[in-house]
Amino acid sequence: MSTVTIDKSGPTRKVKYGSMSRDRAWALRWSYFFLVLFAIFSLVPPLYMLITSLKSSAEISAATNPWWVYHPTLSNYVELLTSNQFLRFFWNSAWVSIIVVTITMLISVPAAFALARMKFWGSATLATGVFLTYLIPDSLLFIPLFKMFAVIGDWTGIQLINRWYVLLFIYPTLTVPFCTWIMIGYFASIPKELDEAAIIDGASWFQTLTRIFIPVALPGLIAATIFAFTVSWAQFLYPLVFTTSTDQLVLPVGIITTLIKGDVFNWGQIMTGALLGAAPPLIIYAFLMDYYIAGLTAGATKG
Amino acid sequence: MVDVTLQSNRVAQATRRRTGLRNALRRKSMVAFLMTLPLILLVLLLVVYPAFYSVHLATLNKPMTKFVGFGNFEFLFRRDTFWLVVKQSCIFAISAVVFKALIGFIVAHFVHNVPAKKQRKWRGMLLVPWVIPPAMSTLAWLWLFDPSYSAFNYTLGLFGIGPIPWTGDAMWARFSVILVNVWYGAPFFMIMYLAALKSVPEQLYEAAAIDGANWWQKIWYVTLPMMRNIIAITTLFSLIVTFANFDIVRILTAGGPLDHTHIFATWAFRVGIEGSDIPLGASVSLFMVPILAIAAIFILRDVTKRGNEA
Repeated sequence: MSTVTIDKSGPTRKVKYGSMSRDRAWALRWSYFFLVLFAIFSLVPPLYMLITSLKSSAEISAATNPWWVYHPTLSNYVELLTSNQFLRFFWNSAWVSIIVVTITMLISVPAAFALARMKFWGSATLATGVFLTYLIPDSLLFIPLFKMFAVIGDWTGIQLINRWYVLLFIYPTLTVPFCTWIMIGYFASIPKELDEAAIIDGASWFQTLTRIFIPVALPGLIAATIFAFTVSWAQFLYPLVFTTSTDQLVLPVGIITTLIKGDVFNWGQIMTGALLGAAPPLIIYAFLMDYYIAGLTAGATKG
Repeated sequence: MVDVTLQSNRVAQATRRRTGLRNALRRKSMVAFLMTLPLILLVLLLVVYPAFYSVHLATLNKPMTKFVGFGNFEFLFRRDTFWLVVKQSCIFAISAVVFKALIGFIVAHFVHNVPAKKQRKWRGMLLVPWVIPPAMSTLAWLWLFDPSYSAFNYTLGLFGIGPIPWTGDAMWARFSVILVNVWYGAPFFMIMYLAALKSVPEQLYEAAAIDGANWWQKIWYVTLPMMRNIIAITTLFSLIVTFANFDIVRILTAGGPLDHTHIFATWAFRVGIEGSDIPLGASVSLFMVPILAIAAIFILRDVTKRGNEA
């Protein structure tokens, strides 16, 4: 019986959707065509990094097809990964990023909790202020910050300029506002009944935060962590301004200032270094893409 | 005897004080204040104070010993390079944002057309430029644009198109800088638009189709109005970031040839840090403030509106 009805409606439907599905099929074909073009556009620079990183200096300067590796070699990787200087950059970057992520979370999670749940005098203004702070770019503040830390050095004798740990003070200005902002959004979306129940059961505010809010808003927390890490890892202007000695540099600045010697560009090594520098964010992205994208789109929604 | 009473008195006072403190700690506003205190301190000391300090610095002379009022600004207004930088910053920011928005919009539609299962893969590939630290990817572009070994010129040469001076000629250098910025920023637009596209109810398109709307009318009368808010926020946000961009221009051209690609951030760095004229550098970067402020106000308005809608 049921098969009969399906057979009956089958042909009519097919006829009805015939032109539609043909349009769809064409639209799909065109979509794929353009997507392939855009994917090539997106992936050419990173792929070219990889191609160049596998070449020897001789092959790079030979007039062969630049898009192909004729004699693949790992010598660039070996050279960089055994160079103390490069490893130093890598460790500086890693330390700065990890500590900044920790500081960021310690500051922004409690603040976001207070701003999302504990209405107090000025909390709405403060939330708006946090958002505005997030919109202030690094290129506006690097000169006064540089002078500020120089003056602090003169006054107190604590020399912070040209020390990698000065970045620990500065990077949070980039990461904390955004992380606070998206955590406000995530915390605000948690049903009120949940924390009311916790308070009734005698939980303190701190316990409500650690036992209820952090576990429930874990996806948001991961998104914020990823954001803080990628921002600290990629930051270029502040380390360029604040650090100059080669043992204090972080990876992006280190590659640019040490591998480029005057007009001599050792492109094989530069590309290898750039690829290794791009690797941690790319690996995080490959495994946690959904959190990454959630963090990206959360910035535009109000908490 | 006296001693004992005094002691007990003191103990009582201490406990009272301690319970007073404990009560205060238990008060909601006090707890909330303590929780936000690090944030407030960070913002005040490392964002708000430097911002005002920058204004102060801009009024000093080069060795920072004398107050010169608007002297630095007057000096800048008399210099051709400054006006060149103003012009280039505007061209750079506006054209880059327009192309990012357009490409992002188009690509988001293509990704949206693809069956849902495959969208993830495409989205993943297309977002790669945004994930790589811009300083690293700009190095790859610099190498692709290399005057003697440019891989682009090699490819174009196969079609008989002569070598293009990607970073050597003023107009080409501007084009290259914008191209790299579009490459880096378009995926962000794509992701934002894709999220917005998914939130447009399918019924609206069905209703439009029943009313006989064609493909273009669907976009104009259904998609765009539904996405208006997110488009505005993304564009304004990108305008701020692009206008204040530093990494790409610095690495690709360092402002050259002959200052023809300098924008505010790179020129402020050149003048303030490399030229060690901190007051002048601060004055240059302060010129970004009006445009940033206008964009920020509009973003704030749209974000609040969006919050009220939800």
